[in-house]
Amino acid sequence: MYVAVKGGERAIDNAHAWLAEARRGDASVAGLTLAQIREQLALAVDRVMAEGALYDADLAALAIKQARGDMIEAIFLIRAYKTTLPRLGYSRPVETAAMRVIRRVSATFKDVPGGQILGPTFDYTHRLLDFVLAAEGETPEAPEADAAPDPAPHVLGYLDREGVIQPEADGDATPGDLTRAPLELPADRALRLQALARGDEGFLLSLAYSSQRGYGRNHPFVGELRIGAVAVELDIPELGFAVEIGEVELTECETVNQFTGSKTEPAQFTRGYGLVFGQSERKAIAMALVDRALRWKELGEEDTGAPVQDEEFVLSHADNIQATGFLEHIKLPHYVDFQSELELVRRLRREAAAASEREAAE
Amino acid sequence: MSGMEQAIGTRQGWMGLLARAPAGELARLWADAGLEAPAHDWLRPPETGAVMVRGRAGAQGAPFNLGEMTVTRCALRLADGREGHAHVQGRDKAHARRAALADALMQGAEAATVRDRILAPLAEAEAARRAARARRAAATRVEFFTMARGENG
Repeated sequence: MYVAVKGGERAIDNAHAWLAEARRGDASVAGLTLAQIREQLALAVDRVMAEGALYDADLAALAIKQARGDMIEAIFLIRAYKTTLPRLGYSRPVETAAMRVIRRVSATFKDVPGGQILGPTFDYTHRLLDFVLAAEGETPEAPEADAAPDPAPHVLGYLDREGVIQPEADGDATPGDLTRAPLELPADRALRLQALARGDEGFLLSLAYSSQRGYGRNHPFVGELRIGAVAVELDIPELGFAVEIGEVELTECETVNQFTGSKTEPAQFTRGYGLVFGQSERKAIAMALVDRALRWKELGEEDTGAPVQDEEFVLSHADNIQATGFLEHIKLPHYVDFQSELELVRRLRREAAAASEREAAE
Repeated sequence: MSGMEQAIGTRQGWMGLLARAPAGELARLWADAGLEAPAHDWLRPPETGAVMVRGRAGAQGAPFNLGEMTVTRCALRLADGREGHAHVQGRDKAHARRAALADALMQGAEAATVRDRILAPLAEAEAARRAARARRAAATRVEFFTMARGENG
């Protein structure tokens, strides 16, 4: 039974007014501008763009401010906003080989053409709190060097040309789109990659970590990790050609994994792939490990029953907006549902008590 | 600077350059160029929407949908019939309008002014931004050296 009740409007209005005040915090402290969030909390902005699945740094900064820094709430705001935008088209697939890299490392080859470029990384820092930042000290300018004229081709290309890694099945089939049709299982790799690219970083991190610890093990090496800007091209039908409509920064991870092979097929390494909006190598590596684990069927591997191999489990739980929506709805009024359960428990207890009294009497 | 020539010399090139340009920079150059905002009719008034960005599995395999980006587009016609089109990143309708006007003006007598006063400075600024990033990246390139090996002993 559904019973409509009214009430609480004033309490809700006042709660939201207090939320606004709490969001602002101590008014004697300068308020944050969106530019400050965009420039100085750039990795938070990147995460909101990646999991909100909308590349717009100013909107992500606004969402972070409005959500008081609650990342999932901010992602929720972006997902909600995104539904109001008309879809203007689908880009051509971005060419990550032409990425203007600011970071590019390979854990499989030391001497790769183009070199190992560390970029603005946390790696090799000592993770000691820097009290200079608390004192708002000036930051020295980063050193510069003559830019390497040699391009940085994909590292896996070398394995590919030698034939020791599985080639990617190319093709230009129109990929399914989770924003247009609900997920159906089994999902093909294109749908899985879309779901993983916008999936929760923490969930994918834990799943990928579980696979490294032995739950669906597949021995990954990071063949290449690259971060940089790529152009986005869109075909404009009324002009009859494609134009660049902008640039996005992406993090890409290609893993080299343990091999397949048989009596007829010589041994070959296999691949996992991660591609994420913004700078997020943790997410890109995790995505590549999970992508690879989910390919067990196509690669003729054993289903070990590991969570990371279970497509339905992974894809149904990777979206933090779906997850938080369902999780948090249980705090909203369930008075009638609960009343019926409470009545049931009371009746069961009455019946049990009556039965034991009868037994005692006999 | 073949990249810059291409960015200015072809319609595809300048449309891309105008789309990638920071909106504020384009507005400033537009004001400084002394080009009057020419009268125009909208073929399609500025509209903000989303374009789904695609990637490829394994960087070279089958396409997949990565996520959307905000884009504002418009199309207009000048009194003399020239048409200008724009699809620019972000949600700035004035940016899209200026890009479409520049596209239209590039197809007539004002082309030299637009090229010299707007496109060339935009291309130079973009090249400078890219070069600065590339130089910082180059400074973080690892130079390996081999420690003395034990195999001689």
